[in-house]
Amino acid sequence: MSFEVLRDVAKPIIAGFGITARRLASEKVTIQYPEERREQFVRTRWRHVLTRYDSGLERCIGCSLCAGACPARCIYVQAAENTNEDRRSPGERYAERYEINMLRCIFCGYCQEACPTGAIVLRKDFELANYEREDFIYTKEMLLEPIRR
Amino acid sequence: MPKRMETLVLHDSSTPVFGDIQKGGSVVLASSDTLFELVNQPLNQARANALWPLTFGLACCAIEMMSTVASRFDLARFGSEAFRATPRQADVMIIAGRLSKKMAPVLRQIYDQMPEPKWVISMGACASSGGVYNNYAIVQGADQVVPVDVYVPGCPPSPDALMYGVIKLQNKIKHQNIFKNKSMSIIELKPRTQEEVKA
Repeated sequence: MSFEVLRDVAKPIIAGFGITARRLASEKVTIQYPEERREQFVRTRWRHVLTRYDSGLERCIGCSLCAGACPARCIYVQAAENTNEDRRSPGERYAERYEINMLRCIFCGYCQEACPTGAIVLRKDFELANYEREDFIYTKEMLLEPIRR
Repeated sequence: MPKRMETLVLHDSSTPVFGDIQKGGSVVLASSDTLFELVNQPLNQARANALWPLTFGLACCAIEMMSTVASRFDLARFGSEAFRATPRQADVMIIAGRLSKKMAPVLRQIYDQMPEPKWVISMGACASSGGVYNNYAIVQGADQVVPVDVYVPGCPPSPDALMYGVIKLQNKIKHQNIFKNKSMSIIELKPRTQEEVKA
């Protein structure tokens, strides 16, 4: 094998690995997902949360405006009357049942826009995948924020 | 399928042949059924960490699916960067997008052409349940056509949400029994009568 042939073979290989070596020094673009999370955008809409007032009362008054605004028809609200003994929300009524079908939901945020009290908000928790269809009916207990101490 | 496992030999009473177990790591052998786990675990590990998805984008979710494989999120870290264009070489089908009624027989045929073992990820609201398209043209959930293993909600799911679904699927594969075939519950061998449906 002559020197010219060896040079013709080696030259493009060295040139190619030179690009690799230069890239090694630059910043890595890959996010190592399960270990580190990327910063979500400010207006990202993911999992719904039913919020409370600082006093611990629920914001939701069971008006079903969110269910009316929902283009996928994935929200079901059943309201019940508040009494003085059992007061859940400041208004006349509260949501006895509040269910969202997360598989139907398209995370458009119309429910959040429609809500008069700001009860339902879409937070940034995106890890919703699961195995069974039944697991995606999120009940009020799953959606409601815990009482802050 | 189980024929491949019968050729497995242990070269003495306690040491397994698989290098993966001897290295330790994430493989945990149960004290009972050790011989069974010895076959089950490495095979499941191998299957879970080399999922070859099928290039099968139906709608806009496919854009996010492509983004998942790109360098920012890099699905190759989980061993599933090799998107196959033929169902004969793929083991996981990602249904990315709304499934119309005209497409449903095609989807079923492609699923049947995939070799066992095979899994299905239903990506996005439309594939999982129909989403906003509650009309005559769209199948209301791909699980009416093929058995779905993991549902990923979102419209569309962001690449990290899909990646979470892939991790979920890997966890499912790691805990499955290789000797039990998946039940094909969708196919009704004996069609039900009208009275049984009403009851």
